[in-house]
Amino acid sequence: MTDRTLPQRSFSVGMLLYDTRYRAMTIQVVAIMCFMLLVAWLIGNTIQNLNALGKGVSFGFLNQPASYDINQRLIEYTSRSTHLRASVVGLLNTLLLAVMGCLLATVIGVFVGVLRLSHNWIVARLMTVYIEVFRNVPVLLWIVFAMAILIDTLPRPADFRGENATASMYFGDTVALTNRGLYIPEPLFMNSLGDLPVLGVFEISLDLLAFVLVLGAGLWATARIRRRADRIQEDTGIRPVTWHWRILLLAGPTAFLLYILGFTLGLPELKGFNFKGGIHMRNSLIALWLALSLYTAAFIAEAVRAGIMAVSKGQTEAAYSLGLRPGRTMSLVILPQALRVIIPPLISHYLNLTKNSSLAIAVGYMDVTGTLGGITLNQTGRELESILLLMACYLAISLSVSAVLNWYNDRVRLKER
Amino acid sequence: MKRTLLVSAVAIAGLAGMATAATLDDVRAKGFVQCGVSTGLVGFAAPDADGNWDGFDVAFCRAMAAAVLGDPSAVKFTPTTGKTRFTALASGEVDLLARNTTWTFSRDTDLKQTFVGVNYYDGQGFMTHASLGVSSAHELDGATICIQTGTTTELNLADFFRANSMSYEPVPIETNAEARQQYLSEACDVYTTDRSGLAATRASLENPDDHVVLPEIISKEPLGPLVRHGDDQWADIGRWVLNALITAEEKGITAANVVEMAAGTNDPEVNRLLGSEGDLGSMIGLNSDWAVHVISAGGNYGEIFERNIGSDTPIGLERGVNALWTDGGLIYSPPFR
Repeated sequence: MTDRTLPQRSFSVGMLLYDTRYRAMTIQVVAIMCFMLLVAWLIGNTIQNLNALGKGVSFGFLNQPASYDINQRLIEYTSRSTHLRASVVGLLNTLLLAVMGCLLATVIGVFVGVLRLSHNWIVARLMTVYIEVFRNVPVLLWIVFAMAILIDTLPRPADFRGENATASMYFGDTVALTNRGLYIPEPLFMNSLGDLPVLGVFEISLDLLAFVLVLGAGLWATARIRRRADRIQEDTGIRPVTWHWRILLLAGPTAFLLYILGFTLGLPELKGFNFKGGIHMRNSLIALWLALSLYTAAFIAEAVRAGIMAVSKGQTEAAYSLGLRPGRTMSLVILPQALRVIIPPLISHYLNLTKNSSLAIAVGYMDVTGTLGGITLNQTGRELESILLLMACYLAISLSVSAVLNWYNDRVRLKER
Repeated sequence: MKRTLLVSAVAIAGLAGMATAATLDDVRAKGFVQCGVSTGLVGFAAPDADGNWDGFDVAFCRAMAAAVLGDPSAVKFTPTTGKTRFTALASGEVDLLARNTTWTFSRDTDLKQTFVGVNYYDGQGFMTHASLGVSSAHELDGATICIQTGTTTELNLADFFRANSMSYEPVPIETNAEARQQYLSEACDVYTTDRSGLAATRASLENPDDHVVLPEIISKEPLGPLVRHGDDQWADIGRWVLNALITAEEKGITAANVVEMAAGTNDPEVNRLLGSEGDLGSMIGLNSDWAVHVISAGGNYGEIFERNIGSDTPIGLERGVNALWTDGGLIYSPPFR
């Protein structure tokens, strides 16, 4: 009845403001217009002022020779390479640090998080102290501190020299730990397969590729064998013994490949000023890796603890009543359920670690902030362009990391049907 | 709402436009010169025990303040790193930069700076530990070298090692202090920068004799003060303050006798410089006695050199090519006419 008595008024402009049906929409439209005006003004102002300075936006500098050297290069680079390539070298260094950091931080974080819940008073308190100390001091200080310890306490290359050497190499003269970094043996192949150019930008070692392929095939085969063993165990209750087959399938072909390729170890050796040969892990990389990992691990430990505590105690009791030992209860029952709570904060800790890696220049590690946002920016004077590119790099890394982990989170999430 | 935004936008844009107009008027209005210097390089720019900035580059800042405002203490200092200095100047954070900056083609043109002259002719050198027994830069194949990043140094270094087909391990460092730490703990074999900077760093080390500066000079580094492109009047003031200091040395005008000589001498150029004859000051928008203030602030070029970095100071730099042209050096000023 009431519906019929409503007057059928035609739409008027005033209704945009006074009619509650449209008002919310009007306000939002006006707000977004204001916001877009502000953004347009900021961009316009920047471009106008840069033009007034005679420095219009241009990315042409990326194709000029960089003219500087970078110490840690994962791909071929010389001082004649372009600024673009220098940026890629820096980006790869950032990614290397981020991956190494995330891995170590996860291992330490899970370990510490579980131990903090230990019934052993001393262990639990020690972990609490570790978490509180690392979490509450800025990460830049940890980085500088780690670097200072490395360069001031470790022996100099000169200490390894001469008759009265005060320092010596480890593991039968294969590993050298100096204040310039860690030198470890490198794999060398006498009958190398050469390199495979990818898109004309960089080259992948075919030896490495073959090694990964053979190892991958071995892993696939062992997984098949394990699944077959699982099936037989479920059908008959007896698990066939397969470990010797698995080891043979994994190690046999790999060892054969290494033999074919003429595998040897390139040992580091003191020549002239520095150790030559082997893989050089620079002091800056080690300092950053340790500092970033230990710092982030403190946060991850708290996330892990929260995740474990979120799993109801009944789960533990149920597992115990089935006769599972505490270690297996943790790894088979508690942690898989806790993962659902742990993953979302873990994503943001990984992202933080990646972004914190931009502090690398404090110890002279050439990450993308050091090359593109540092030397390139300075030598070309293209501040705006360099910083925009740099921001795009970090945005791309962070969005990819969070996309992958969100996908993983969806997989382990509690299935609600 | 929209209108307020527009109004404030116009107002901000207007302000920004004004700020870039004339540096001289800006400096007069705020009453001091904002001068970009290094973060601390003894002899060139470093705060003394009382926190007052002192040094060869600082003296130029004070001379500028004396010329424009008549008061050599009307300077505020902004410490800048090799990386931040050009941005600080381009954005208007500092009015001029006196920070051992090498005059190069691309900095002058592409980075839109104007160098007002050269106040120190330098070249890049190497300092190394005496215990390594190195006597030439050509023996440095494979060495680990600390470099201050964001400078011409790292480009020269790359060129030098490439040209001589030698390899090296660069360790990029942000400031002189960090470089010292790495160098002293022998995380670097060699520290490279301009030879004047090496001398200053070596002088501040505990045992200067444990360190040697190698004889090779691998580059030309004409260091000088600079200002932003586009304000010719301000650039002219900078250029002629520097020339006034050089001419003063040439004509024997010192901090001690400048007031006496300003009363008038037999040398017409001295009279034109010090304002007792002609009207040079007003041609660059300053008082006629501007040069008197400049010279009484810290003395002439030679006095500033000897007091801050000369052979009697811990830095101990000889005049060398930085002697007056009349003494066989490169320091030369166009005439005041």
